[in-house]
Amino acid sequence: MAKKFKNKTLAWLDYRLPIFSVLREALVDHPTPRNLNYWWNFGSLAGIILVIMIVSGLLLSMHYVAHVDLAFDSVEHIMRDVNYGWLIRYIHSVGASMFFLIVYIHISRGLYYGSYKSPREVLWWLGIIIFLLMIAAAFLGYTLPWGQMSFWGATVITNLFSAIPLVGDSIVTWLWGGFSVDNPTLNRFYSLHFLIPFIIVGVVFLHIVALHKFGSNNPTGIDLTLKQEKIPFHPYYTIKDFFGFGVFFIIFGIFIFFLPNSLGHPVNYIPADPLVTPEHIVPEWYFLPFYAILRAIPFKLLGVLAMLGSILILFVLPWLDTCKVRSCRFRPIYKQFYWIFIFNFIVLGWVGSKVPEGHYLIISRICTAYYFVHFLIILPVLGMFEKTLPVPLNIFKNPRVKKKYK
Amino acid sequence: MINKNKIFKLKKDRRSFLKLTTTSMATIGSAFAVWPFIDSMNPSADVLALGIKEFDLSNIEEGFSKTFKWRGKPIFIKHRTKQEINEARKVNLSKLKDPQKDEDRVIKPEWLIVVGVCSHLGCIPLGQKKSDTRGDFNGWFCPCHGSHYDTSGRVRKGPAPKNLKVPKYKFINENKIKIG
Ligand code: HEM
Ligand code: FES
Repeated sequence: MAKKFKNKTLAWLDYRLPIFSVLREALVDHPTPRNLNYWWNFGSLAGIILVIMIVSGLLLSMHYVAHVDLAFDSVEHIMRDVNYGWLIRYIHSVGASMFFLIVYIHISRGLYYGSYKSPREVLWWLGIIIFLLMIAAAFLGYTLPWGQMSFWGATVITNLFSAIPLVGDSIVTWLWGGFSVDNPTLNRFYSLHFLIPFIIVGVVFLHIVALHKFGSNNPTGIDLTLKQEKIPFHPYYTIKDFFGFGVFFIIFGIFIFFLPNSLGHPVNYIPADPLVTPEHIVPEWYFLPFYAILRAIPFKLLGVLAMLGSILILFVLPWLDTCKVRSCRFRPIYKQFYWIFIFNFIVLGWVGSKVPEGHYLIISRICTAYYFVHFLIILPVLGMFEKTLPVPLNIFKNPRVKKKYK
Repeated sequence: MINKNKIFKLKKDRRSFLKLTTTSMATIGSAFAVWPFIDSMNPSADVLALGIKEFDLSNIEEGFSKTFKWRGKPIFIKHRTKQEINEARKVNLSKLKDPQKDEDRVIKPEWLIVVGVCSHLGCIPLGQKKSDTRGDFNGWFCPCHGSHYDTSGRVRKGPAPKNLKVPKYKFINENKIKIG
């Protein structure tokens, strides 16, 4: 790995501090499956949006004031007075939505192609940890503009902890630093919102270390053993990732410039009022499926546990899915259940935005039940009974690729 | 053989061309994208709006000075005596570190208006109060590293390289000026 660099200074430095050879290994030479499709673009997209969030957040933080009397006005100050403040804020708020969209697709890719299976379990875990940290970052960030939805969202979510038996109330008081969501809460939320993205950067680093240990999975899901099955990361995947950035920036730009508030709630442009709750409190769209699970269950503690469980269950997924074949391509039955699962998740998101009454409540209960049935019953059982299609020995034997590389 | 080489060369040129154009487009694009982020750290609209301010001169008597705050900095307004004006105008310009005529530094000779920030490293020179030391040239004296300014606010001695700055201002009437 410690290759010589032509440049003398670089070689001297690298001999003592081998970051350059490590970077070259990771970004230039890294042997990558030659058959990756566009679903493999979403990892680098998640990386670039993380950088964009940190840069835009840093500049927002130079103008934002974390105080209950000033927070809302300081955000308006950003929107009206700061040079390009409106742009930076919209990059940050639309960026949060894009981040989740990208990561949801990234996770779905993993589910479809079985990327969570051995030997990539730890890689998968690190991904879920990133997802959990993102949830925390986005929730904390959403309280900062101190609008009505910020305030009541913070109130409702922190109150989830009161479901914990015995110590619940003390924990909530501790979280708040008082007896309601107030200035101490806002201050610590800001502090943590600032911190968490940098923790995410650290976990992303581990995620990549784990990725490079066995290399990317690929659409066939098989282990690649032939040299010809891989190509160097640069220029093949750098250019493909950059192409993905370009497409993404167009979509991102459309939202920033033409639909900046379409993904948010207008109520959050009303300053927080601790004495009046808005009619509907709904989280941002990316939390809706989990919110639906929370509300589907009529018992407080159980609802909270189900919501947490719906994410934490992903940690044990590598063992719940008992099938040895990774990719959906060779699992005709799982493939159908996969799409049912995705559809079910979207329906959960949709009912999550409705008032939980009448048939909405019934739908949310059915979908919640199905969500867990998928993981706890369908997956383990399928692994035992599903007749998988013949798996090729290498990617060239894959009927779909064969034509091109014969 | 020749044909093959030609194709190879063409392909290579095409590739270098694409590489060059792609890289330059990406660089130009990034530069445009970075600008809003940099510009956001410049003074915002409300800060700039504070940059225009009016001051009343009517209660500053001859021989006295007053300090006002403008853009977070002190503005020295000095109602100069005949003698101080003469002193400022007598000087041989070639003796000055930062040569400037007194006539170019004032609108009305009796009113000297300067930003009270030493051009060395930003301290505020003494000399606004009657009891202050005013240095060797009867204007201001910077206590930080000993720069002396004359009655026109020009540096005469010490490490400061430039005169005290004259802000942009105009008289709106006999006794009122607008700075900014
Ligand atoms: C994982 C990355 C991040 C996510 C998902 C995220 C998410 C969010 C969200 C959803 C908001 C509310 C947007 C709104 O409605 O206006 C917000 C606001 C804010 N964030 Fe972040 N953020 C991230 C990183 C950062 C970083 C690194 C910083 C600081 C260095 C930061 C500073 C701020 C500030 C000052 C605000 C309040 C201003 C505003 O509401 O527009 N963020 N963030
Ligand atoms: S700052 Fe005035 S003399 Fe150095």
